[in-house]
Amino acid sequence: MDLTYTDEEQEFRARLREWLGKVLPELPPKPSPDDWPGRRAHDLGWQRRLYDAGYAGLHWPADAGGRGATPTQHLIFLEETERAGAPYVGANFVGLLHAGPTIAAEGTAEQRARWLPPVLRGDEVWCQGFSEPDAGSDLASLRTRAVRDGDDYVVTGSKIWTSHAEVADWCELLVRTDPHAAKHRGISWLAMPMDAPGVTVRPLRTLAGSAEFAEMFLDEVRVPAANRVGEENDGWRVTMVTLSFERGTAFVGEVVACRRVLAALAREARSTGRWDDPVLRRRLGRLYGEFGALWRLTQWNVSDAQRTGGVPGTGGSVFKLRYSHARQELYDTAAEVLGAGALEADREWVADRLSSLSYTIAAGTSQIQQNIVAERILGLPKGR
Amino acid sequence: MDFQLTEDQRDLRAGVRELLAGRYGREALRAAVDRAEAGGAGAAATGGVDPGARGGGVVDRGLWRELGAAGFFALRLPEAAGGVGLGLPEAALVFEEAGRALLPGPLVATHLAAGTVPGAAAGEAVVTAADLGGGLIAYLAESDAVLGAAGEPAEVVAGAEPAVAVAAGDAAAEAVAVASVDPLTPLVRVPHPPVAAAGHRAEGALLTAALQTGSALRTCELAVRYAKEREQFGQPVGAFQAVKHLCAQMLVRAEVARVAVYAAAVTADPAEIAGAKLLADEAAVRNARDCLQVHGGMGFTWEADVHLHLKRAWVRAEQWATAAEAEELLAAELLDAAAMP
Repeated sequence: MDLTYTDEEQEFRARLREWLGKVLPELPPKPSPDDWPGRRAHDLGWQRRLYDAGYAGLHWPADAGGRGATPTQHLIFLEETERAGAPYVGANFVGLLHAGPTIAAEGTAEQRARWLPPVLRGDEVWCQGFSEPDAGSDLASLRTRAVRDGDDYVVTGSKIWTSHAEVADWCELLVRTDPHAAKHRGISWLAMPMDAPGVTVRPLRTLAGSAEFAEMFLDEVRVPAANRVGEENDGWRVTMVTLSFERGTAFVGEVVACRRVLAALAREARSTGRWDDPVLRRRLGRLYGEFGALWRLTQWNVSDAQRTGGVPGTGGSVFKLRYSHARQELYDTAAEVLGAGALEADREWVADRLSSLSYTIAAGTSQIQQNIVAERILGLPKGR
Repeated sequence: MDFQLTEDQRDLRAGVRELLAGRYGREALRAAVDRAEAGGAGAAATGGVDPGARGGGVVDRGLWRELGAAGFFALRLPEAAGGVGLGLPEAALVFEEAGRALLPGPLVATHLAAGTVPGAAAGEAVVTAADLGGGLIAYLAESDAVLGAAGEPAEVVAGAEPAVAVAAGDAAAEAVAVASVDPLTPLVRVPHPPVAAAGHRAEGALLTAALQTGSALRTCELAVRYAKEREQFGQPVGAFQAVKHLCAQMLVRAEVARVAVYAAAVTADPAEIAGAKLLADEAAVRNARDCLQVHGGMGFTWEADVHLHLKRAWVRAEQWATAAEAEELLAAELLDAAAMP
């Protein structure tokens, strides 16, 4: 068990830190959360700088245009960029963390050449067309169907919770290509151009007030069969490749951010005298221990991934279950520090408190995660 | 960075698990409980403690010497001093196994006394400490020494080791036995408990946290095993989501605590140790309760081992660092960290 970083890792960190110190002051200010075109331009501008400096697709394999970095280097990258206040991967999230790695792993040479470079350069944005109104956590129950017609699939159905749909160029789309097969067997993975006729996007307002994601309606959209990644009806397996990447290092930056928020809360409580309340003070102390442990758990999972050749293990579900609740606890404590001030919607931390409510729902609800832990790690029998 | 167990550490853990499974399995545990029940009732009734009482109690002196021979107590002593020369991370792994086996006795205090109290390193001496609040000391009648100086803060003796020990007999002179909630942790109350050495508090808390983690992992295993076997409504109860989710949360708690303990053992940072103790205490207590819940009515009986884990977890939660102390230490540390730019 070793928590020290190697000379190479420390050198990597030092170089990155120096570069961030130089480049971040030159960045334009962050656009408002509802300014989607502005956010797209901002996030892609940042991606372009990463690309030019050689940091794009750090964790991607080198033969897919990435840097082939180790999981530990990726951890350092996420830690340092968050600590420096660099822009979040944002609009480029699906391309860099979902669609890109999937195409890199499962795509043909032509598909890799067509789609991977624009993601790394920051030229194209992807969105995710997985969830459906009637499917939700039971993802494999999806009903959007694709019927083969010559060289095309004709796609009809609807998707929901599609982040960045308004500004995306491509959608990684799961469709049912065999309605008669068992539910996991008849699914295919398509790259759908978002400007194709028949695609309608309707923003969905969240309880946080922002339009974080959208509904998408697909009315006889023609998608070339050449855009299918993996075999027909093999999309579920392809998707599992994608999802396993999400749970590896997806929250590294957020844990760093939460620790920064906690420090800010302590300063605020100190300046307002709330720190003298032992109940609140102890609660903040407990959270400090909690997020310290979550950081160590992140390092543990990354080291595990490094030993097993980069494949994220089941530790991701354990992490997500704990983190999603800890994050909510953090912002509930922030509200306690603010007192009635937490009712003012534009106070610091209030928007984050609202958005933290999604963490126990998104990317598999806590209940689904608990089923995963119980069945796949503990080996308990599947229910009816 | 490679924050995973090394091959040697895996071997060490497996070796200790094997030793304890052979030497202190379930039958030995239940026999110890029966013995303590028979002996403990008498001691409480007479209202006093015989400091000379040896054997027949909770601490099995033979096993204690075997643990000593296996290096359990001398683990961190330098090889030149007859020790094994390993560090806190290895000690944490060994204590995790002891916690899993529910091994009784003042394991942590004796380990901390190795090198200070003659015979502790080899398991020839049983050493306890005044690591509980409220004037309570565990295992006093069965111990040869108490870590710490009577009535005053421990002194630094001869440089490195910040501890002195008093003979158990001196501390026991005014001791009054109290009925203990844990049948395998006999307690006495003394008017002036020897103050545990400040230098030992962090390491004591860490090793106790490791014991708690082992217990939390074990109760998770017990719950999962029962949930797979016990059938109700025509299927194993583990197929019901309500039961599944209890088990999943047990694993999450135990795993978070385990990694926190390992990290704290690597850094030996006082705040990190406090955090590990906090999470491990919570994991041990909550997991034992959830394990009891999964066992249903059977879990509420004396025959199930669950209550032994729960009661020991309650004892350990009071040892070396309570939740309140750990949270205050962490809060102070947070404020320090927040003051930095």
